[in-house]
Parts: sequence; structure tokens; C-alpha cells
Amino acid sequence: MTLALELKDLRKSFGPAKIIQGVNLQIEKGERHAIIGPNGAGKSTLFNLISGRFFPSSGEVKLNGEVISGKRPFEINRMGLSRSFQVSNIFTNMTVRENVRCGVLYSMGYGMSFWRNIGNLKEVSQKTAQILDEVGLLDKANLPAASLPYADQRTLEIAITIAGGAEVILLDEPTAGMSHSETDRAVALIEKASQGKTLLIVEHDMGVVFGMADRISVLVYGEIIATGTPEEIRGDAKVREAYLGEDAQALEGVA
Amino acid sequence: MTDMTASHAALEPSRSDKFRQRTVPLILFAVVLLVIPLFNPSRSMVTLLNHMGITIVFALSYNMLLGRAGLLSFGHAVYMGLGGYFAVHVMNWIAEGTGIWGSVPMFSMPAFGFGAGALAGAVIGWPSCRRAGTPFAMISLGVAELVAAAGFMFDSLFGGEMGISGDRMNGPELFGLSLGPVDEVYWFIAFWTFIGVLGTYAFTRTPLGKLSEATRDNPERVEFVGYSPQRVRYLVFIFAGAFAGMAGGMSAVQDEIFTPENLSLIPSGAILIATYVGGIRYFTGPIMGAIVMTYMGSNLSDYTAGWLLYLGLMFVCVVMFLPDGIAGIVYGTADTIRQGRAGEMWRTWMLRLMGLALVGAAIITIVEVAFRWSDGYGEVFEPFGLQLTVENPLTWVIGILSLVLGILALRRAAKGGGK
Repeated sequence: MTLALELKDLRKSFGPAKIIQGVNLQIEKGERHAIIGPNGAGKSTLFNLISGRFFPSSGEVKLNGEVISGKRPFEINRMGLSRSFQVSNIFTNMTVRENVRCGVLYSMGYGMSFWRNIGNLKEVSQKTAQILDEVGLLDKANLPAASLPYADQRTLEIAITIAGGAEVILLDEPTAGMSHSETDRAVALIEKASQGKTLLIVEHDMGVVFGMADRISVLVYGEIIATGTPEEIRGDAKVREAYLGEDAQALEGVA
Repeated sequence: MTDMTASHAALEPSRSDKFRQRTVPLILFAVVLLVIPLFNPSRSMVTLLNHMGITIVFALSYNMLLGRAGLLSFGHAVYMGLGGYFAVHVMNWIAEGTGIWGSVPMFSMPAFGFGAGALAGAVIGWPSCRRAGTPFAMISLGVAELVAAAGFMFDSLFGGEMGISGDRMNGPELFGLSLGPVDEVYWFIAFWTFIGVLGTYAFTRTPLGKLSEATRDNPERVEFVGYSPQRVRYLVFIFAGAFAGMAGGMSAVQDEIFTPENLSLIPSGAILIATYVGGIRYFTGPIMGAIVMTYMGSNLSDYTAGWLLYLGLMFVCVVMFLPDGIAGIVYGTADTIRQGRAGEMWRTWMLRLMGLALVGAAIITIVEVAFRWSDGYGEVFEPFGLQLTVENPLTWVIGILSLVLGILALRRAAKGGGK
């Protein structure tokens, strides 16, 4: 099996604070991998290290066998890794369609061309419409992105992330703050969009995690204490120990 | 599967929408440019119009940075100035007529300015576009000071305080224009103004133009869709410099002189004000700002020595109360009328106009009386035959009472009063 993503002894410190302390992780092509862990475990930092937003203090990240740690986010994105953000990170002064189009442009080979009329790029328009249709925002295509309700902004966040057709997709708490029905819709969307792709997801909703993931890694204080199938994780004593109180019940709930 | 072609066609503005919203305004603009000479404007009026055309292109190039890319530059005149200086040098080479220069038409000066502006943008933008926000603004300020200082130091390039002058009546004629009389220069300016408007508008429609807006909104996210925000800013900066240089080339032919003053912070500040007052969120905003500001700059200074003070007050008021500028008022009013709400809004508009008139009268009275008094020559401000001296109580009645009443009226209008 080829590895889509490989983390080797990855470490990150901010001054004296060691946030990520030697993470090793191997994610196979086509796998849906979830990362769970208590607040402050370093999940978002891990995402930032993989996507190039932060440089690791030591260790390396490989994407399809190529080292990407130390590269800039746009270079990593061009190599086929795309990520979403925990807090909606969209282009607020543009319409929904323009937002998605920004995500589509580079992958279509239109880079920073200044000699083409964007309105005449048929493939770009079609791809944009296709993405909008896929995520169910077609009827809101011409609304300003800032005017969308919260759940739709989260959906748009995912739409921008998948627009470039990246093979490896990182989603940072895609259902955070959503209602039950909204979560269900988001999960259906994520499952559809990640078909045939590698998905790495950080999620607090255990129902989502255990329902969707092929494998789960548990991150506690910057270290992965367990990796395995949902069944293995559920039965792991160390994991139960790490999840005290409410979250332990959450684990029970889906058991 | 949904029918993709149908849905994609419905998303895009239709062909007739595009024609109405994009092509028609450009045609109208061209028609206005063509019709103006039919009214036989005076020589000074044509000169004013020519300066308006130059400022329009300059302001549009500035708005590529400020409005579209979110880059606040305090030194944009550097690029117009360098473009213009290069054009003046080319004009002098044409006058000498050696080598290929003998066959270069004077009409092409803005193209030379465009190239020089782009080159200047490429060189200066390389370090300054690494950062946006405050560092970018500070660097632009430093560069402007630096280049203006260099302008006074390197006499052979910039001609010292006297600057360098050229003569536009050289080289081969294009379109039968000798460019001698100012109304022939009008056609030259009109042509290049149209090219400038068309070029800067077309730029907003390119992938790079769209990405510059995305980088303004959210530079971080741009990185995660495969673009380097630095690279986007840098390329936009080069284009902004190029169009500024084009305005410089137009100015070189119109005024036939460039001095280091043209590189300084003063014209840089003026174009910032013109663009902002016009409205940076609209493509047409800088055009409106350029027209109004050029007109005010040339006419208001005939009436009062305090015109810069009025200009400053107006700028502050626009920043505070009308961040969308003149274009915001124009499009807002047009929208209200189109929605058929003019009937319910006209009282508010009247109230607002009245408030503005009162505040304006009060400020003008105070300013004019004050600086005549401070001059100490015993001059008296005499609007409509009134003798408004410092001792005259009427002065203070107008100054204070109408200021208070005007502000009250404006506040009421702001709350939607007068309906």
C-alpha cells in the first residue's frame, strides 16, 4: 500500500511549550482517518504543521512520499493537499460562486494569468457550478458569502477546500457548532466529497468520528496514544483513561 | 445528475446583462469623450479636461492597489513620476531624431510611460510587496521620500528643481494630430484615457484581478488554494505602477515638463484623497473622484486661499461619514430610485441637503472671516454684500447657529427623519 501522508517524529515547540511531541502517523491512500483528543491536545497545531501554516521544530511530513515539511502552504496545496479551517475562513466580500471559483482556478491551470477574461473560462465556470451543485449551494451562488447563515458558511468552507480537486483533504472540525440535522447533512457531504480520496479529519462529535472513519488516532498532550479501527479505539484502556467525564460517556454512547 | 450546462448558464450573468452592465457604460464613456469637443470648450477648459483624463487613469491605477488589493500606498506618484520622466526623456530623444527615435510618434508616449512604470513597480515592488498592511504603507512612504530626494540629487536624470521639459511637436504625426494646439492634445488624452479605463477594467476581470480581491479579503486562505499572496500583490503592484506610468506619459505630453515635485508625497497624497473621495469599492469611484478633485483643485483655488483646508475637511468627512464616497452616493441614490422608494426618501434627502448647506455656510463663514482677520490687512469677507467682520454679531450668528442647526438636520436625516 502506498502512503498518502506520513508523519515522522514530528515535533513543534512554541518557546518552552512543547505542543507536538514526536508524532508518527501513516495514512494510506483512500483512507478516512480521524484525529480525536481532548481540548488543547494539539490537533489544530498538527493540521497547521501538515498544511504548511507552521514549520515543524523537527521531524518531517511526507505527502505521497515527498517531503513537504518546510514548504509554503501554497506549494503544498499545489502538490495535492487541501485543508479547511475550524473558524470559517472564506472570502467575505465575494459571492459564493466567486469563493468557489478562487478554489478552482489554480487547479485548472489558470494561475495568475492576467491576459484572460475569467468570464470566458468555460471549464472553470462548469467546475465551479459542479462543486456548488455537489455541496448544495447552487441556489445561493450569487449571494455575498458574508450573508450566508453559519452552517452554509461551513459548507462553503468545505466547498473551497475540495474545489481544487486535491487528493488529500484535511478537515478541521467541519461540523463544529452545527445542529443535528445540519451535522447529518455535512457528514453526507463529506462522505460524498471524499470518495476515492484520502481524508484526515479532526472532529469532536464522536458520532461523526465513529461513523465515518476507517481508522482513528487519539492525540493527547501532543502525542498519539493509540491508533486503530473504531473498535480497537473503543476498547483501548489508555483512551478511556484520557477521556474522563463527559467525553468518556460520549465514547460509551456510540459503543 | 443535474444538467450541468443549464445550471452553469443560470449562474453566470446573461449575455444581455453583461452587455448592459459592462459594454454599455464603456460605449457611453467613449461617446462622452467624442461629444465634448462639439461644445467648443475654451482653451483653459480643454486643459482642465486633459488634466482630468490624466488623473482618471492615475486614480484608477491607484485603486488597483487601495480598493482591489487592499494595499495602502503613500507613494504612488513615484510610478507616475518615473513613467513621466522617462516619457520626457524620450520626447527629447525624438526631438534629436537620432537612430530609431526619429520614427517614434509623440502619440505613443503613454506606452513608454507604461513600460517605465511597470519596470519601476517591478524593482521597487520586489522588497515592498513582501508584507501587506502597515509595513507596506510605511515602505511606500519611505520609497516616496527616497525617490523624491534622489530626484533633487541627480540633475542629469531629473533636472534638479527646474525639472526636465520637452516639446511635444516633434516626431511623426499619428492620426493627423500635430499635438501642437491643446484641442489636438485633447484627442490624444481622450484616446489614452479610454485605453486606461478599458485596461484597468479588463484587469479586474482576469484571474489575477480576482485573486487580488481574494488576497485583500483573506490572504491566509489564498495560500491554501494554491496562491502565494506575495506573488499576487507583486504582480498587481507592477500593473498599478504601469498604469500610473501611463498617466505620467499622458502628463508629459500635456504639460511638457516633469519636476521632482511630481515624485513627492504631495501628488501621492492628492491621488489617495481623490480615489478615496470617489469611492474605492466601485470601479467608477476613482473616475468620479478624479473629475471632482481636478475640478476643485483648478477652480476653488481661484476663489479662496483656504481651499486646501476645505479639501482636507471634506476628506475627513468622507472617511468618517461616507466611506463609499461619491460613487456610494450615486449608486445608492440610483438604487433607491430604481426600487421606487424615491417618494418616501425625498424628504430625508431634502433634510440632508439643507443640513449640508447650513454646515457648509457656517464653516465657510468661520474660515473666511478667521483667515482675513489673521492676515491683519483689514480685508472683510463680503458674501452677498454682507459685511462679515469679527466684530459683527451676524458673523457669529451664521457661524454658530447655522452650524448647530445644520448638524441637527443631518442627525435627523441620518435617523431616517423627515419621512
